[in-house]
Amino acid sequence: MAMHFEYKIEGGDFTRAGNASSQVKRTLKQLNVDPKVIKRVVVALYEGEVNIVAHAYHGEIHIDIDTEKIKLALIDQGPGIPNIEQAMEMGFSTATPEVREMGFGAGMGLPNIKKNSDKFRIESEVGVGTKLYIEVYINQ
Amino acid sequence: MESKVFHHALTIRQDVCIGCSHCMRVCPTEALRVKNGKAELYENKCIDCGECFRVCPTNAIIIEQDDFSKIYNYNYRVALVPSILTGQFSDEITASAVASILLKLGFNEVVEVETSIELLKEEINSYIADKSHSKPVISSFCPAIVRLIQVKFPSLVENIMLLKPPLDITSLYIKKKLQEQGISDNQIGIFYITPCAAKIAAIKSPVGEDKSEVAGVINMNLVYNKVLKSLVQLSETEKGLSSRKDCLIDSSLIWSLTNGEASQVKGRSLAIDGVYNIVEFLEKLENEEISDIDFLELRACDESCAGGVLTTGNRFLTVERLHKRVEANKNLKNFGNRILDYRNFLKSRVHIGEIRPRSMMKLDEDMAKAMKKMERSNRLMCFLPGIDCGSCGAPSCQALAEDIVQGKAAISHCIFLQKTMEQTRKLHPDHSFRIMEKIWGKDRFEKNCNKIDKSKRFH
Repeated sequence: MAMHFEYKIEGGDFTRAGNASSQVKRTLKQLNVDPKVIKRVVVALYEGEVNIVAHAYHGEIHIDIDTEKIKLALIDQGPGIPNIEQAMEMGFSTATPEVREMGFGAGMGLPNIKKNSDKFRIESEVGVGTKLYIEVYINQ
Repeated sequence: MESKVFHHALTIRQDVCIGCSHCMRVCPTEALRVKNGKAELYENKCIDCGECFRVCPTNAIIIEQDDFSKIYNYNYRVALVPSILTGQFSDEITASAVASILLKLGFNEVVEVETSIELLKEEINSYIADKSHSKPVISSFCPAIVRLIQVKFPSLVENIMLLKPPLDITSLYIKKKLQEQGISDNQIGIFYITPCAAKIAAIKSPVGEDKSEVAGVINMNLVYNKVLKSLVQLSETEKGLSSRKDCLIDSSLIWSLTNGEASQVKGRSLAIDGVYNIVEFLEKLENEEISDIDFLELRACDESCAGGVLTTGNRFLTVERLHKRVEANKNLKNFGNRILDYRNFLKSRVHIGEIRPRSMMKLDEDMAKAMKKMERSNRLMCFLPGIDCGSCGAPSCQALAEDIVQGKAAISHCIFLQKTMEQTRKLHPDHSFRIMEKIWGKDRFEKNCNKIDKSKRFH
């Protein structure tokens, strides 16, 4: 038994950031997933969503749910990350002042996603885009 | 353990309900359906907010209360009164006059709920300062909101402040004080005059507490009538008393109004009223889209308790009057309130036990089964019209789809699918007519110019 969802994200459209996480949240509640697990998934997904909106041109989110884990794949076409190690540091941010003014871009995104996932993998190519693979286990 | 049955203060009178579906359309947790021409409550989903009570055109939804004569089961009778009661009446009827009338009605003492605010404020501030508590701390003041979070936002349950609401702390104080005066516990009857249904539910089945110290609940609208009726018998001197020593005079009085808590606690606090506004905010909070807030005051009713479903006075005027009452007394010393003498006794008793989530959103306990049901419900959504007309007796197409997969409704309840099935001759028109009669009752289909008026006789 498995379920698959897909969402398309447009870069720069902050008004809709959070839509995918809200829908996934509702789904996980209906599936009787532990609230603590839901919270980790939703926080990771929301941060990922905002990353795409803030930095990329457009992107896709793939979500696979089975009774053991929740898999998220966030794939964007964008500028890519030149130095992943640096991007994974708390507080490091390349966000423009305008983006920061809107309350985003505090440099918490990627570290926070990692903190909330059980498995975390990031691939990025400058000038092409970034791929983020996240897994959160349901029963620990 | 999640218990299955909850005490609700709201009941639907089957003999009065005409199944008009007004209540179903406003319920914030989709806890109502129409079946057999009557409103039906899904008890696990109800949070006792009372929105249904507000819109019912036939007064079929009643809020249970204790019979007024029950106060005489006790030798020493205390009326526990929220400050908004005094805000119900015009300016010339002072707080002291209202208290005098309550004494005439049979109480031995009148105490304002907000008596314990001075102490609670200290406790809230140290609770917020405690780094081990999840932020934002969500106030436990409004019982409808505590229940809303339990059923709809299970991951935020850990943010609920585990401190007793003022009503419970004041009751503890009253009992202790009276016992010291030599009155035994079973002789003391504390009766709370309630502005809403949620407080009744909280007293009859407390969350995080074993039992309430309150002996009974009397609805504010009943007291409103009794006070106005007795007013004519009150002497001019009694009416004229501006402030008695046992009436509160400080900013505690505005605690139950919007921003009453948020404006008086330390840290970055936010006040939100109105259950739909709160649902919208909590959705964002749950995604951690909102951060750095220390304290959240959330009240289910517009204008908080001033807009309680059992209040009679206009809520905006009530708010104005209470602010005036604070303003008028701002130079007086609050010599009547002795609660801080009991600080140590109360401090050790203000905490409440763990509050558990009881999500009502799950389609099944078993995740694999829930997934099957969800797939089926998603498939059903492709066929339903998506206009949320409510003709099936459920508040939305999504609610119908979820009812169907849980075996509580059938696909033929949808009037659009009935039409499709009739066209492809899968359903006989007579049969589809019977289905609609079963949902809405036979009366709905009869010619009657007074479908609503007929039942107004119950007013």
